[in-house]
Amino acid sequence: MSILVNKDTKVIVQGFTGGEGTFHSEQCMAYGTNIVGGVTPGKGGQTHLGKPVFNTVKEAVKATGATVSMVFVPPAFVGDAVMEAASAGIELAVIITEGAPVKDMQAAKACAVKNGMMTIGPNCPGIITAEECKIGIMPGNIFKKGNVGLISKSGTLTYEGANQVVNEGYGITTAVGIGGDPIIGLSYKQLLQMFQDDPETEAIVMIGEIGGDLEIQAAKFIKENITKPVVAFIAGQTAPKGKRMGHAGAIISGSAGTAKEKMDALSAAGVEVVVSPAEIGKAVKKVLS
Amino acid sequence: MNIHEYQAKQIFAEYGVPTPRGIVANTPEEAVANAKELGGNIWVVKAQIHAGGRGLGGGVKLAKSLEEVEELANQILGMTLVTHQTGPEGKLVQKVYIEEGADIKDELYLSVVLDRAAEMPIIMASTEGGMDIETVAEKTPEKIIKVPVDPAFGFQGYHGRELVFGLGITDKAEQKKMIDFAKKLYTLYMDKDAEMIEINPLIKTGSGDFLALDGKMGFDDSALWRHPEIEAMRDISEEDPDEREASKYGLSYVALDGEIGCMVNGAGLAMGTMDTINYMGGTPANFLDVGGTASAETVAKGFEIILKNPNVKAIFVNIFGGIVRCDRIANGILEATKMVDVNVPVVVRLDGTNAAEAAEILKNANIANVITATDLGDGAAKAVAAAKGEI
Repeated sequence: MSILVNKDTKVIVQGFTGGEGTFHSEQCMAYGTNIVGGVTPGKGGQTHLGKPVFNTVKEAVKATGATVSMVFVPPAFVGDAVMEAASAGIELAVIITEGAPVKDMQAAKACAVKNGMMTIGPNCPGIITAEECKIGIMPGNIFKKGNVGLISKSGTLTYEGANQVVNEGYGITTAVGIGGDPIIGLSYKQLLQMFQDDPETEAIVMIGEIGGDLEIQAAKFIKENITKPVVAFIAGQTAPKGKRMGHAGAIISGSAGTAKEKMDALSAAGVEVVVSPAEIGKAVKKVLS
Repeated sequence: MNIHEYQAKQIFAEYGVPTPRGIVANTPEEAVANAKELGGNIWVVKAQIHAGGRGLGGGVKLAKSLEEVEELANQILGMTLVTHQTGPEGKLVQKVYIEEGADIKDELYLSVVLDRAAEMPIIMASTEGGMDIETVAEKTPEKIIKVPVDPAFGFQGYHGRELVFGLGITDKAEQKKMIDFAKKLYTLYMDKDAEMIEINPLIKTGSGDFLALDGKMGFDDSALWRHPEIEAMRDISEEDPDEREASKYGLSYVALDGEIGCMVNGAGLAMGTMDTINYMGGTPANFLDVGGTASAETVAKGFEIILKNPNVKAIFVNIFGGIVRCDRIANGILEATKMVDVNVPVVVRLDGTNAAEAAEILKNANIANVITATDLGDGAAKAVAAAKGEI
């Protein structure tokens, strides 16, 4: 078991024929992801990486039965692309693109919600169900199958966390990079619930960072709804106020969104909070043994 | 990206958001000429820097004659203004805004920002104008009125009513003016891809008009490509030169006041690395994200920027190789050490894809300053020790 995606998931790629789209689609296919085609307006009818290219998502869905879209279109067009996926009946859009205007993502997410489409990202590494399906840009070889679910705002911390879990002798069910933008799709709350409901997942690692209050909401949610052990790390304890730390959303505004307030809230909710990401693996071992 | 008050007011004027009249000046002579052009017999001379708290810092002064305008402009131009938002080093004032004096009867607060939880813009208003809104939020949160506006449906009548009744505005004509003010501000927030607009104070004059006495605006960097008119307002002198240089190479850099330079791929891991150094008893000198595709050139640039900081006693290169293999990054580091003279110990931790090959490459290269580490904890510990001169 796993959450959201598995080896049978039919995936299309928006921005299939572009440089990034091509490179990562190839990598995903090599990992075993069932990519059934792609969309590049104006290139419909062509074949790319052995798969059909369509002009619109609607055509692609009709011809392939795809339920998930991996979005690689450039930032200026990403809002449009997500809305197209939503209107075409896609169930989950995984938005890898970095640098999408906030206003566009605001509208795209509202459109997705209205159409019942889930989104992951933008500005994220994607989602991976270990040894089955990779929809994104993460190095697949790190993610060995196991029973730990992982949710993270950061790409490389996802790899770091997964690697430590594997080095401790455990493995991953599904890992989801939710992205570091101010407006994102699926967040901790929904994913925590999915991992709670997944019989194979026995522990959950959640990696957050400064800015916004998603981790605080998650803490409240964990206290009330999650019975599986949760390990958390919040990046940015040493980040100065008012400075954007790489991710568009990673900024302490005034006195809100600090690592400390998030760590305190999570600790109070019974979460095993680690002070350094180097401790994630050991903490997982502790909660599982 | 942030802009100056005078620039924000130019945008306000475009949208019909009322402000006092004013003209920006670069010299005391220009300041006097501007005051003459504005007319009247009372003016405000305002330092233009990207930081709040200018009044308390002595950067906003009232002039009652043209002589006084000149004197104050002379005093403020070229001064290093220190406010609670500039840090102790302050900011050099290069422009002053000369504004006509206003008849202030009441001071209010109005802003539009993104509410990340609601995922839509929110208009915030308060009767406590002129005060730091953080303080108001902390001490008297009931005095802040919050009105979220869903862009799918736009600014409606009820948004306006919630604002004016919340602010205790009872006069019909004043209500209408205030609603109009807020609606225009929301419109320009959306049109210009603003991240934040703050007017503090927004004043009510003796004749019942509302004016933006101050104006602060920030924009979504990811949307600047569609607003060349905003990009043209960028004031490079307000930005940190190292941060700017780094961004040219796709690096994200923030200077801190510690001793260990950090070079990391990924923003989250970069923050996590700083936190780990701190946890191990060291102090990070910077945040530096070299991005997902660290190459010899970006690594060399990273070294160059880190080494500009004289406080740096050691560097910790922490790369988790994913799609970009570690052996390639190791070669990049070797190349980089040839391009830049790295004169402090460099702790290198390469993990992930092809980490073993990378370790071999670094070992064989036998560079004097390079210390290899096996994982994040080990790397941070070694970097802390190296900075203390223990290894």
